Amino acid sequence: MTAPATNNNQRSVDASIKPVLRLEGITKRFPGVVALNNVSFDVRAGEVHALLGENGAGKSTLMKCLAGKHQAEEGSIVLEGQKVSFSDPMEAKQHGIVLIHQELSLVSDLTVAENIFLGSLPLKWPNRVDWKKLRSDTDKILSRLQCTFRADDLVGDLSIAKKQMVEIARALVFTPKIVVFDEPTASLTDHEKPVLFNVINSLREHGVGIVYISHRMDEIFALSQRITVLRDGEYNGTVDTAQTNEDEVTKLMIGRSLELDHSSKPTEFKENVLEVRNLSVEGVFKDISFNVRNGEIVGMYGLVGAGRSEIAETIFGLRRPSAGEILLEGESVTVKSPHDAVARGIALVPESRKEQGLVLGLNCRDNITLSTLGSVSSLGVMSPKKELEIYEKYQRELKIKTPGWAQKVGNLSGGNQQKIVIGKWLTTHPKLLILDEPTRGIDVGSKAEIHALIKDLAKSGYAVLVISSEMPEVLGVSNRVIAMYSGQITAEFNADTVTEDELVQAITGQHKPASGTPLHAAGV
Amino acid sequence: MVNVKNISKVFGGIQPIWLFVIAITVFFSFMSEYFLTTGNFMNILVQTSTIGLIALGMTYVMINGNIDLSVGAILALSAALAVDLQSYGLPVALFAAISAGILLGALNGLIVWKTGVNSFIVTLGAMIGIRGLVFIYTKEQSFYASDFAFSDFGISTIASIPTLGVIFLVCCLIMHLVLTKTGHGRNTFAVGGNREAAADAGIRVGRHMLINFMIVGFFAALAGITLATQMGAATPNLGRDYELWTITAVVLGGTKLAGGFGSITGTLGGVLAIGILRNGMNLMQVPAFYVLVILGAILIAVLIIDQKVNRKSGQEVNV
Repeated sequence: MTAPATNNNQRSVDASIKPVLRLEGITKRFPGVVALNNVSFDVRAGEVHALLGENGAGKSTLMKCLAGKHQAEEGSIVLEGQKVSFSDPMEAKQHGIVLIHQELSLVSDLTVAENIFLGSLPLKWPNRVDWKKLRSDTDKILSRLQCTFRADDLVGDLSIAKKQMVEIARALVFTPKIVVFDEPTASLTDHEKPVLFNVINSLREHGVGIVYISHRMDEIFALSQRITVLRDGEYNGTVDTAQTNEDEVTKLMIGRSLELDHSSKPTEFKENVLEVRNLSVEGVFKDISFNVRNGEIVGMYGLVGAGRSEIAETIFGLRRPSAGEILLEGESVTVKSPHDAVARGIALVPESRKEQGLVLGLNCRDNITLSTLGSVSSLGVMSPKKELEIYEKYQRELKIKTPGWAQKVGNLSGGNQQKIVIGKWLTTHPKLLILDEPTRGIDVGSKAEIHALIKDLAKSGYAVLVISSEMPEVLGVSNRVIAMYSGQITAEFNADTVTEDELVQAITGQHKPASGTPLHAAGV
Repeated sequence: MVNVKNISKVFGGIQPIWLFVIAITVFFSFMSEYFLTTGNFMNILVQTSTIGLIALGMTYVMINGNIDLSVGAILALSAALAVDLQSYGLPVALFAAISAGILLGALNGLIVWKTGVNSFIVTLGAMIGIRGLVFIYTKEQSFYASDFAFSDFGISTIASIPTLGVIFLVCCLIMHLVLTKTGHGRNTFAVGGNREAAADAGIRVGRHMLINFMIVGFFAALAGITLATQMGAATPNLGRDYELWTITAVVLGGTKLAGGFGSITGTLGGVLAIGILRNGMNLMQVPAFYVLVILGAILIAVLIIDQKVNRKSGQEVNV
C-alpha cells in the first residue's frame, strides 16, 4: 500500500520508515449504528497524514478510539511495533498520543503555565508547587512554539488561536509521538492559520507523526504528505498528496453509495413560495439569491461550513440578516422568531434531530402534536381523541413504525425519529418545508423511504428546500441544485442534467460561473 | 445484586416510590403497634400536607427545568401576613397572604425568563432576601392568631378526615389533571425536556416558566396559611429548610432535576414516604438526629436504585 517516496515541496517522506502507529481493522458500534467498520490507518514519524470524510464518516470516532475515549470492539492499535490498548485518554497521553479537540478543554481562570502543566505541576518538598521551575519549563515550551503570550497570562484573556497554542503546548509536555488535530482551523481567522501551520511543520520536523482532520482542501494539500479517506464508517483509500488532486479526493470522499433514483420527482411547479434576494449575514454568507416554488424541491449542496444551515436559520428567524430581503408568496417579510416563522407557514426540520427537533422524554403522539396543541385543546384542556386522530393520520401517511403512540421517541430508530419531526411540522400546515441534512445518521433503507416521502410532499403542493452534503441525495430528490462554497452561491444546476464533475467543482470553489440566466428565470 | 428491573416489571406500571411506601408501611406495622391505625394515618396526612402542597408546585417548576429555593421564605411571609392582618378581617388577611406568594413567584419567574440567569441563583437570592423581609416585617416577633375561626380551621374535619388533609388531596387531584390533560402541562414537559426544540416548535417557553413559578408561589403561600392554622401563630423562622424537604420529596417521587420528566402521583408518593419514615421512626423512638441520618441515606439509596432501573430500560426498540 505504501507508494514510493515523493518529493512534496521539499518535504520528503521516506517510505522505508515503518509507521510509528498502525490501527488495524478497527470496528466500533453504537446502538443501532456501525460507526466504524474494519478501518485501518497508519502514521509515520515526521509526516502529516490527513484524514478526510463527510460528517458522520467516522473520522472523529476513529481518533477517539485511538486516544482512549472510546474502546473499539474489534481491531488493534500497534504503537512502535507493540500492541497497546488504552482505557482512558490519560493512558494514551502517557504513551505519547495526544488529541487536540475542536472544542478546547482549558481552564480559563488559570494561567497559561498552570494550564500547560495541569495535573502534572512540578512540586518541591513537602508538597508545594515549584513556581520557578513551572515558569522556566513553560517559557521553554512557549519559545519553542514562538508564542507571543507569557506564562503568567490568564488563559481566559487569550484569543482562540492563542488558546489553541496553549493546548498544543500542553501536548508537548508529554514528548508526544502522535498528535491528532481535529478541525484545528475551524475557529481561526486567515492570518492566525499560518502560525498554526508553522507549529505543525516544526512538530513534524522533530519527528512527530501528525494526524490532521479537516474539510478544507487547500489546507490539506498545503500540509499533508498522505491523505486517507473514510466514507460511511469504512476505509476508502489512501493517496499520496503529491500524486493526486482535489477532484480525485473529493470523489473518494463523496462517492456513490446509492443508485440514483431520479424517478417520481415532482414535475408541476406553480408560483414562488420563497424568494430570497441578496441575503447576507455578516461573516457567514453573502449575496444569496434563490427561489423555491410550490411543488418544487430545491437542493442546496455544499461542504460543511459553506453556510447552508445558516441560510436556513436566517429564513426561520434564528438569525438576523445584515442585508437583503426574504419574500414569502411575493411579500417581503421580517421573520422575528421561530414562533413567527411557524405562524407564517415556515417549517424547519433541523440538522440535529435529538438536540433541536425532538423532546426525547415525550412519547410519539406528544412529539407530533407539540406544535399544534392549541388546535386540539379547548380552554387549555387537550382532547385525547383529537390528539390521537392527528397522531394516527401522520403515523399512517408517513409510515412511522412504532409499537404504539405511547412509545418514547428516544427509543425509536433514526429514520422513524426523523419522520416524527417531519410529522410534527406537517401538523402546522406549512407552505415551505426546509429539511437540513434529512438523512443524517439514518440507515440506507430508511434513507430511500425519507427520499420518497420528500418527493410525495412536494407533489402534494409543499415547497421544499433540502440542504445536504450528500451528492446522491441532492441529485436523487431535487429538481434544481444550488451549489455553495464558502458563504456564496457558486452555481445553479438542473439536477437531472448536471454532471458529478460540475457539482464537485462548484462546491470546491473551482467553478467559473457561466454567463447566462439562472435556471428558474429561464423557466426550467 | 437483585435484578431491580425484573422487580419493577412484575409490578408493572407502579412507580418505584410507591413500592417503597408500601414496603415501609409494612415494616413499621410490624415494628410498632401504634402505627397501623386510622388516627395515626390522619396524623401523617396532616403532617405531610405542608411540604406536600409546596411539592405540587415544585413538581411543575422542576419538570419545567427550573427550581425554586425561595418557597420556605415565601411560606414564612405568607404565614405572617395571614396571621398579622387578621385585624382587617380574615378575608383581607388570606387574600394578602396568597397574593404575596403569587407575586413573589411571578417576580422569580420574570427574572429567570427575561435575564436568562439560572433559576437556582435567582431563587437562592430570593430565599435570602424574602427571609430578610420576614424579619423586617415581624420585627423578629411571633404573631398569634386573633380570629379563633382561623385556628379552629386547622383542627377541623370533613367527614372525620382532617380538613387540611382533604385540601391537600383535592389539590393533588387538580394538579395531576392539569399536568396530564392540559396544553400547559404538556408544554411544561416539552420545555423541560428540550428547551431548544420546544422554542423551535413555536412554544412560548418563557410564559410557561412564569406560570409555573406563580403556581409554586401560590402553593407556598397556601402551605404557609395551613401551617399557621395548625399552630394558631406565625414565627419569623417558619419554613426553614422546607425548600430542601420539598425538593427531596419531589426527587424521591421520580421527577428529574434536569427537567422533562416527573409526575404528581410520584410526588405524592415521595411526600408520603418522608412522612411515614419520620412518623414510624418517631413511634419506634429513634432519636431525632438519627432520623435525619437515615432519611439522608435513604434519599441517596433510592436515587441510586432509580438510576439503575432507568439505565437498564433505556434500550433502543427496533421495529
